[in-house]
Amino acid sequence: MRHIISILMENEAGALSRVAGLFSARGYNIESLTVAPTEDPTLSRMTLVTYGTDEIIEQITKQLNKLIDVVKLMDMTEGPHIEREMMLVKVRAEGERREELKRVTDIFRGRIIDVTARSYTIELTGAGDKLDAFLQALEQAVIIEVVRSGVSGIARGERSLKI
Amino acid sequence: MELTGAEILVHSLQDEGVEYIFGYPGGAVLHIYDALYRQDKLQHILTRHEQGATHAADGYARSTGKPGVVLVTSGPGATNAVTGIATAYMDSIPMVIFTGQVSTHLIGNDAFQEADNIGITRPCVKHNFLVKDVNKLAETIKKAFYVATTGRPGPVVVDIPKDITAQKADYHYPDTVNMRSYNPVHVGHAGQIKRAVKLMLGAKRPMIYTGGGVILGNAAEPLTELARLLDFPVTNTLMGLGGYPATDRQFVGMLGMHGTYEANMAMHHCDVLIAIGARFDDRVTGNIEKFCPHAKIVHVDIDPSSISKNVKVDVPIVGSVDNVLRAMVEVVKGGNKRPDVESIRAWWEQIDEWRAKDCLKFDRDSELVKPQYVLETLYKVTGGDAYVASDVGQHQMWAAQFYKFDKPRRWINSGGLGTMGFGMPAAMGVQLAHPGETVVCVTGEGSIQMCIQELSTCKQYALPLKIVNLNNRYLGMVRQWQEFFYQGRYAMSYMESLPDFVKLAESYGHVGMLIDKPGDVEAALIEAMKLKDRLVFMDFITDQTENVYPMIPAGGGLNEMILI
Repeated sequence: MRHIISILMENEAGALSRVAGLFSARGYNIESLTVAPTEDPTLSRMTLVTYGTDEIIEQITKQLNKLIDVVKLMDMTEGPHIEREMMLVKVRAEGERREELKRVTDIFRGRIIDVTARSYTIELTGAGDKLDAFLQALEQAVIIEVVRSGVSGIARGERSLKI
Repeated sequence: MELTGAEILVHSLQDEGVEYIFGYPGGAVLHIYDALYRQDKLQHILTRHEQGATHAADGYARSTGKPGVVLVTSGPGATNAVTGIATAYMDSIPMVIFTGQVSTHLIGNDAFQEADNIGITRPCVKHNFLVKDVNKLAETIKKAFYVATTGRPGPVVVDIPKDITAQKADYHYPDTVNMRSYNPVHVGHAGQIKRAVKLMLGAKRPMIYTGGGVILGNAAEPLTELARLLDFPVTNTLMGLGGYPATDRQFVGMLGMHGTYEANMAMHHCDVLIAIGARFDDRVTGNIEKFCPHAKIVHVDIDPSSISKNVKVDVPIVGSVDNVLRAMVEVVKGGNKRPDVESIRAWWEQIDEWRAKDCLKFDRDSELVKPQYVLETLYKVTGGDAYVASDVGQHQMWAAQFYKFDKPRRWINSGGLGTMGFGMPAAMGVQLAHPGETVVCVTGEGSIQMCIQELSTCKQYALPLKIVNLNNRYLGMVRQWQEFFYQGRYAMSYMESLPDFVKLAESYGHVGMLIDKPGDVEAALIEAMKLKDRLVFMDFITDQTENVYPMIPAGGGLNEMILI
């Protein structure tokens, strides 16, 4: 099963490589990984999407907790949560395609943020499956470039990951 | 008080109570060596290779419980130390390793003797630190010792660039450490402990299986008390030997791939398994699908990630083994319930039947020197009271089977990583920590040659090790597997062109002995032990075809042993 694990860790050089190294050394999967400082500059927040059986996820969270730089973590998927990912897509937009692309972008509540005579750059935010659906709705031939931020997530309601 | 980084390091080690630092100098650590030169509290032991330094510090740590300390230079100094660091990591040994680094402005420039020590050691340390600010050096050293010695212990690397060792800062060694991200649990959950005890008291065929955690956690005493209180059989892993007195009636020997018949059969048939400070290693469980099919399992460990990693357990308890075992003793004593006497008696009858198989028997009439006989005699001659450091291979298994350890921290071996070359340097660390005690290194002609250069260190510091070299002219364990599973195709397992070990020992200034007849074994060992202030290298020419029995072949369950 797919899990989103949020990690608060010391904002120190090498902390990211400890997490990445743990995943490669133990053969765990990483689907996506994002990391940035939080409102407390001594802490970074990492969001990691992984998948595995319950036993593997249990080991992953235990092994992550064992890393000295990891202060606290939460498996978002254990409760209600909001998942978001941002995507930038550059597409070929010429002739009658221009209008169609604009329409599809509107349907997905995306925004065109850069325009040339031959291309659009579209910004789209949502859960991973929405971004997948958008890409599927485009003809493969029009896509020039896709950039995805990787997933970030936050728990719904009062539940929070804080120290 | 303003000091240079090098002086801060030396003062910090003194304030930490360090006696010995094992190391090897080089360009990046010259300031530190200069600071060491200008003091006389810390003694530096110069090994002949950085691998030797890490193993020596490791042996010191294993035999004392205190952290081993290492100092090596940048680049090759650090990379040579990696095998020793990984060895300590796999067996959870507390060590602090200081590696030199090129000056901060050169880091990343492919400078002379530069290596990414933090990156290289990351997967084989509990934690590592790169010190980029001399003002944080003392605090970092304090943290390194704290992390290395608390919770599940392990090696910690502190990488120090050369310019930091020359810069000055105010020296103050902190008394305490506070790390918000590191708070190991010590006290076991009371409810879980009660559940575990309830399960144990209801057991008909109980089994206590303990590992290195009992040694590291200084829990031999409460373990013995609990086992005797309940009259349960006890088995130790390779790392756990000495955790329970081996000469005690309730001890059924080591378990696992080369464990005793009675220990493995009792494991397979038990209905309640109490695992304490052990990690269900593949050499212990055999085929995991066939492991303890009838048992409810209690698992006590200080590291939550050890629990339910390989084997799903019924009652997990996170905590220090010492604390949890004492709590278990209290709970048992505080209640009226005791294990069912009839069931336990029947269980012991069954175990004694397995014991009667005498699975460690060997040919006592052979005209060749049997390695088992050498170790049995070593046990006799030393009164079972020696520190025994072992290398890796057949001799290690025979030592584990035939030397009966009644006390913890007497058996020093590389169980997890299985590092050949570990034995002699580890024995050096043990001897330094225990001057006047008998320290034996059990080795083979393969392993000993991997760190043979340390004979020179032994001379320099007058370390009177007793080296028992079981020389069968084969990489014995490799040969055994090739005989059993590769139809006797002995690829690269024969050791040709061996040195004359007697002359080699003598050339280093030690005593050498060659023993090739069974009748000479005991006299040689007695004579060697009499030479209290000399290193004696005993080269036993042993039976080339002897194998370690019992053996669980790959894929086998604990009840599927090859017996002699």
